[in-house]
Amino acid sequence: MQTLLRTPLYERHVALGARMVPFAGWEMPVQYEGVIPEHHAVREDCGIFDVSHMGRFEFEGPKAPEALQALLSNDLEKVDVGGAQYTLLTNEQGGIVDDLIVYLLEPGRYLLVVNASNREADFAWIEERAPSGSDLRDVSDRYALLAVQGPRSIERLGLDEAPAFTWQMSELDGIELMVNRTGYTGEQGVELMVMADDAVALWDAVLERGAKPCGLGARDTLRLEVCYPLHGNDIGPETDAISAGLGWVCALDKEFTGVDELRRVKEEGPARKLSAFVMSDPGIPRQGMAISEGGEVTSGTHSPMLDRGIGMGYVAAEHTAPGSTLTIDIRGRERAAEVVKKPIYKKEA
Amino acid sequence: MAAAESYPDDLRYNAEHDWARIDGDEAVLGISWYAQDSLGELVHFEPPEDGAEIEKGGSYGEVESVKAVSDLIAPLSGVVLEVNRKVVDEPETVNADSYGDGWLIRIRMSDASEADDLMDAAAYKTFVDEQ
Repeated sequence: MQTLLRTPLYERHVALGARMVPFAGWEMPVQYEGVIPEHHAVREDCGIFDVSHMGRFEFEGPKAPEALQALLSNDLEKVDVGGAQYTLLTNEQGGIVDDLIVYLLEPGRYLLVVNASNREADFAWIEERAPSGSDLRDVSDRYALLAVQGPRSIERLGLDEAPAFTWQMSELDGIELMVNRTGYTGEQGVELMVMADDAVALWDAVLERGAKPCGLGARDTLRLEVCYPLHGNDIGPETDAISAGLGWVCALDKEFTGVDELRRVKEEGPARKLSAFVMSDPGIPRQGMAISEGGEVTSGTHSPMLDRGIGMGYVAAEHTAPGSTLTIDIRGRERAAEVVKKPIYKKEA
Repeated sequence: MAAAESYPDDLRYNAEHDWARIDGDEAVLGISWYAQDSLGELVHFEPPEDGAEIEKGGSYGEVESVKAVSDLIAPLSGVVLEVNRKVVDEPETVNADSYGDGWLIRIRMSDASEADDLMDAAAYKTFVDEQ
């Protein structure tokens, strides 16, 4: 029997009546009041998520910049101190070991925030390829990470506006923290990294400021509405970034692991593309369901904003133009869906 | 909005958390408070066709929440007379009122004696408490 890990906020989740589920080796809240009200809180106001299960590494050394530039797909030279970047850890075949956010803390020193399920694999991957004289440390247990997301999140936290993909050290209700302008919901918001010992105080302070506690259920529906891929579902070691629609985070003019293969896919055009769709018929697509036109659903759910089934999946390129019809096999029933331009849900201006 | 936990005395229940309200040779079927609470807010009801024959212990449809799908296991055999269209259009009706407005289908029973195998409210409540 495997013991599940708990974040510093476990007792808070239980006290709030959260439904706790195993996720990537952690016991995490999937919902408190319910996925749908939590989803709406983030789209309309402000929600808070405990994402302390995510892996965090510090990587530093005189050769750290060159080492990461060679391991990550995006151009790290575009990131200044105080900046952050969404990027991919790629393998020799151009597949995706993980997707992550890299923060430049100071020259030669980086913070990497990786998926919980890939924490060990990523650490081993980087350690094996790290140049001598560089230091890779897993600091995940030292800090908690809280995502505060929604159109009123900045106002509720009393923060100043700042560009996305930047960070700064700050203080909130007497608690020191790192404020990252990043998220996984498609809404304005921040991810707050604090010392593990301060996690409960920060959680309480943000709830006091009116944020609604939200679980992994809403995190999934929010990210899928805006077509952010989930590693393990939509992307993985066997899928390449170009087919996944992540060419924009691949600097094909630099050298990094698997770049030759990615250049080839880009040159030839991907045979299959990760496409987004909305159900035209009733029914909810789920991961693993077959798409008759070729391929399968990699993520599917009910969209609270559209009040319909939505999903993504790899589909033969000739069927990926917006407006194309797909047929999803929902437990033996053929149900029609329409390919849409990403994101599936877009806020009205 | 979710209702408070309850298991009405006038219903019969199976171990899959479906209930039946028997009236003469007809029965109305639905899912129990426990079932809707376990699933969370329902977002889809896949009903059988009118006139379909359903068999006790077999699946006659599905209900889905955001995260999970669940087969509806018929507590009785019979022919579908009516599907609750309100639940097809607004599945969350089941969460609000799983024994009233949130009923799922009405059937003509083919074997009234099957009801003898179902639990009464007291037995079902004991069963739920053990889950």
